[in-house]
Amino acid sequence: MTCKEFLEQLDELIDGELSGELRAHLEEHMKRCDHCHVTFDTTRKTIEIYRSHELYELPDSLRQRLQQAILSKCKKGC
Amino acid sequence: MSPAAEYAESIGERLHPILGMIEPINNTASAAFAPALPDHLLSEQRKFPVPRSKNDFLKTSNMSTTQAQMPDEIHPDVALVALAREGDVSAFEKLVRQYDRQVFRIAQHITQNREDAEDVVQDAFLKAYQKLDQFQGNSKFYTWLVRIAVNESLMRLRKRRTGKMVSIDEDVETEEGSMPRDLADWSPNPEALYGQSELADILRKTIQGLPQGFRVVFVLRDVEGLSTEETAETLGLSIPAVKSRLLRARLQLRERLSRYFHKKSRGGEQ
Repeated sequence: MTCKEFLEQLDELIDGELSGELRAHLEEHMKRCDHCHVTFDTTRKTIEIYRSHELYELPDSLRQRLQQAILSKCKKGC
Repeated sequence: MSPAAEYAESIGERLHPILGMIEPINNTASAAFAPALPDHLLSEQRKFPVPRSKNDFLKTSNMSTTQAQMPDEIHPDVALVALAREGDVSAFEKLVRQYDRQVFRIAQHITQNREDAEDVVQDAFLKAYQKLDQFQGNSKFYTWLVRIAVNESLMRLRKRRTGKMVSIDEDVETEEGSMPRDLADWSPNPEALYGQSELADILRKTIQGLPQGFRVVFVLRDVEGLSTEETAETLGLSIPAVKSRLLRARLQLRERLSRYFHKKSRGGEQ
């Protein structure tokens, strides 16, 4: 397996969407290729970090104001 | 031709002749770049909701808004939509409370402007309310709502950029995010290297630097937890196009974050 072939399967590997055999091939490649192992590991961490951090929070006060505005217009038939 | 270009071509993508952005060769309409979808296209089309893989080890329990469902299971939103369609505003209120935070996040990611994001939240829900009769329950209400929100966000963006020579896809033509270059491994706990506020700034700055067409795919797929199929439907892209953009978005973000998160022993900016 080449690094290019590994890269083509990277997303599916990260998302856990691969069959056992293909997954085993990719994991075997990572054991021999530090580049691909680091790529896999840090890409996975990238996703985890973005999933676990709320970058754009909607403050309660603003949220209530928006909800009131939306529902008020809905009640009037928009 | 670079490996990335070969890969893009092999899955049916090409560079846009004018904007230089990647687009699917056989795409019918890319909502991420094309003019806003007309109302009649807001009616949902996909027949079956496709849950994300149960083996997805990245799935977290707090991502309940898009929780996986069995294909035969009726999503609780469908009942709320039916009531709202009959004029029950309190049922629609539940939908607003359920999804307003997500719509705000998506709008902020696309418009990168807080006032625009606030407007998008209002406009998206009002448009959804007005068009409830076009939602037939074949796909999730949330996916349908996100499609409206993305559309509204892009319209805001276009309004704001009218008359300005601003390229939102200036990085797409580069090879960044194709074949990883930075071999530096990260610190074992990279988030601990920075305070919460500083880390949030880094994450915002980094994702804002992504080309729009990559950023919106990453946000929908990885941050908001839509499936590949739902992301494709929402943006009017082919599934191969979503996969291609997601891979490049992930790799570009990884590479850009590496400058902040790599091990100190390798030297760097930290």
